[in-house]
Amino acid sequence: MQAPVHHILGFASIVRERLLPIPGTVLVRLHQKVNPNDVIAEASWAREHVLLDVAQRLGVSSDAADRLVKCKANERLVAGAEIAVGRGLFPRSVVAPREGRVIVAGGGQVLMEVGESKMELRAGITGTVIEVIPNRGVVIQAAGALIQGVWGNGRIDSGLLVNLAEQPNSVFTAGRLDVSMRGFVILGGMVKDAEALKAASDLSIRGLIISSLYPSLIPLAREMRYPIVVTDGFGSLPMNSAAYKLLSTNIKRDVTVNAEARDRYSGACPEVIIPLPVSSAPPALREVETFAPGSQVRMRRPPAMGQIGSIVVVKPGLTTLLSGLRAPAAEVKLENGETIIAPLINLEVVG
Amino acid sequence: MTSSLVDGNSILAVDVGAANTRAVLFDVVEGEYRFVASGTAPSTAEAPFKDVSEGVRNAITNLQTVLGKSLLDDSRNLITPSQPNGSGVDSLVVTISAGPTIKTALVGLLKEVSLESARRLTESMYARIVETISLNDRRKPEQQIDSLLRAQPDLIIITGGTDGGASRSIQKLLEPIGLASFILPKEKVPAVLFAGNEKIAEEVKTLVGSFSSALHISPNVRPSLETEDLEPAQSELARMEVNIRKRQIKGVDLLDVWSGGHLLPTAYATGRMVRFLSKVYSADKGILSIDLGASAAVVSAGFKNKFTLGVYPQFGVGENLAGLLNYTTLADILRWSPLEISEGVLRDYLYQKALYPATIAATKEDLALSQAVTRQALYLSMQSAGRDFPRNALRIKTTLAPLFEPIIAGGGALSDASRPGQCLLLLLDSIQPVGLTTVILDQNNLLPLLGAAAAKNNIMPVQVIDSGAFLSIGTVVAPVVSVKYGVPILRATLTYENGSETRLELKCGALEVLPLRGGETGKLTIQCLHGADVGFGPGRGGTLSVTGGALGVIFDGRGRPLSLPVDDMRRRELIKKWAWTLGGE
Repeated sequence: MQAPVHHILGFASIVRERLLPIPGTVLVRLHQKVNPNDVIAEASWAREHVLLDVAQRLGVSSDAADRLVKCKANERLVAGAEIAVGRGLFPRSVVAPREGRVIVAGGGQVLMEVGESKMELRAGITGTVIEVIPNRGVVIQAAGALIQGVWGNGRIDSGLLVNLAEQPNSVFTAGRLDVSMRGFVILGGMVKDAEALKAASDLSIRGLIISSLYPSLIPLAREMRYPIVVTDGFGSLPMNSAAYKLLSTNIKRDVTVNAEARDRYSGACPEVIIPLPVSSAPPALREVETFAPGSQVRMRRPPAMGQIGSIVVVKPGLTTLLSGLRAPAAEVKLENGETIIAPLINLEVVG
Repeated sequence: MTSSLVDGNSILAVDVGAANTRAVLFDVVEGEYRFVASGTAPSTAEAPFKDVSEGVRNAITNLQTVLGKSLLDDSRNLITPSQPNGSGVDSLVVTISAGPTIKTALVGLLKEVSLESARRLTESMYARIVETISLNDRRKPEQQIDSLLRAQPDLIIITGGTDGGASRSIQKLLEPIGLASFILPKEKVPAVLFAGNEKIAEEVKTLVGSFSSALHISPNVRPSLETEDLEPAQSELARMEVNIRKRQIKGVDLLDVWSGGHLLPTAYATGRMVRFLSKVYSADKGILSIDLGASAAVVSAGFKNKFTLGVYPQFGVGENLAGLLNYTTLADILRWSPLEISEGVLRDYLYQKALYPATIAATKEDLALSQAVTRQALYLSMQSAGRDFPRNALRIKTTLAPLFEPIIAGGGALSDASRPGQCLLLLLDSIQPVGLTTVILDQNNLLPLLGAAAAKNNIMPVQVIDSGAFLSIGTVVAPVVSVKYGVPILRATLTYENGSETRLELKCGALEVLPLRGGETGKLTIQCLHGADVGFGPGRGGTLSVTGGALGVIFDGRGRPLSLPVDDMRRRELIKKWAWTLGGE
């Protein structure tokens, strides 16, 4: 049976697409080396639109209004610029209410976009541009450690990693923070209260990597300006041993926390990348594996949810589980020495 | 030439679900169509595959192993038609429910009329309403444009105006649609369905057609104020849904080619089958199909003159699970659990399961949680679907569900019930059927596949259903009565084919079973006490022929609507007792 893969790797070749949500300008070139905070593409977008009913305002027909309109599509107008002037002794006029660009004019109306904003796309990781996608973005290749998470709050940043989780099951509280951690990425533990998230925000940290989050804190976590990556799930789950080991042995290194929201269709996934110097080409990521004896797996559901173990044997046919359900299953030896039977569908290969 | 034993075409039917893909072979055996075998594999719409055809090929490969014959060639392409050496199939039909929910904007004249029809239309597909524009809308046109740009709908449904009625108001509403479509990047321009006043269809083509990615026009859903006719628009919408999936998911276009265009949304195919059955087995009672899967709950009901189809992604037990709490409370879910479980554990479960929709319950506690959630999701789906059931449907009491015969249940979530008894209890608790009904389990989830195949071969669905491909759980007798707990409400005598008899007295609050094996028939004589009504009228009994099933004849005297004890301990004990009665744990 094909197995989903959850990447927790000490050294790998990581290829990531970084794309603007709307067409824009790509600012980097092929083979260029980039750092996480480098702006690689930018785009302009209008926050609002204004629809001016010229015909109605001038009290003329649509056709007549079209003849009176002075501006054209794509023309930039300053606030107060004359769009159309009526006829007569005391002609009425229609002016641009705000600075903006004409999208379309016709049918006696003019549609403008106003309140232009600029959007900057940062590289997010240290690496090399291996492909430029015109008007949209780039593909960057990096080498380093990769720790995938299960939930992210949609932000991205990078900084030096500091460890506040002495154990995989440590609880991250506001009291653990002090000013020396300003600007750092923090390896926390389980987050159980809002104060911890707010205190981290007050300190302007660059990122937070946690094992689990209370579901009630999800809305607050989404509001935080710094990236939050949850490695294991919701509730009170300790960090899986593989992720904890890798993160806690890379303290004081520069890490990128890409807390991208999970999208099962595109494959987007929150992740932590630790760039490492390359002496030889690291192995490429394997996205699909098969369950086999010796495979390192992570339990995605009880029993032993979140724990890592290795497959002893993949059982033939269907196995009756403790729940009474019958499913293809494997015997898994957990790190604490205990052996359990788990349905294959509840497992993912770690690698 | 076909590989069938007698002249007839073999049909391979594939369902691409959110979690699993199933390939099912129907062929002629001893002169009649039969369900032959099925193969399952994980669906591959999601990363890293992002191509549904991979999962389809894997499911067909597993089916090949069961059949011992080849359906795919060396390049893993479907062999069609069937070959003299027995390989291949004659035709393929496909249903699909995989894919993100379709973001839909509704445009209509009046909230209570055309928009209500548009809502019902949207509820017949895997969709989520992201924006609504109507005459009641006080926003300026540019605000509506900005709102549409933010929502980025995949689909816009425009309704409004009776045939020959209002046209100027509708035209006014079209302006923001056209302008928003003009502004959006080409790949994000939504498809548009116009199902309003037929008189302005041409103008719609002019105003919206040139900007829309695909403009479809269907007959008016509200030809007059009093009449609603969703069927033609639903059919158009099904085609549009498939086209949207082709844009969203790789491999769907290949399946469309393989199937010669016989690719339908799963829910629509289920609905088509229910409509077909309600015509074939035309009776006073309605036919109910309920399917709970990872992507949605689908409730389809056929009545004498009306058909309803409701697709509720918000009640699917997959990635939308965390959102279930927008419609219910943790306490309401936990009332169904036989084990003492805290609200915190349940909340964590909902969020965790949403991360991994395909995972299954491996422990007893996890199963208790999973089944409690399934009950509540089914219950809510029935409540939502019930709003659209016709008022004149046959009922014992207006506040209760209509009378159904039969109830067909399927979907991945019901597979979490390891025994038929567990499954039946789950259905009795959530659907709360009344009167006399047969409960059938579509354990191989054949209903949508038969619905898709019906267009190619209308004999096949009837023959497959009659062949016993569905598991009959039994006949349910659920009296409606208002008496105190423990008071006898019904006496029943079941006379078996061999002449032997079994008797039973049902007390209010009890759940009892008289065994009658599948394939056997018996004569059931019912005597109603204290005004109990099983559909013959208050206090009136009768004798009827019943067919057996996995459990037999099940008497549900727990009352309608089902009211669970407030005391936690007593409630949990009762749930355990009911599970025992029906052969569960």
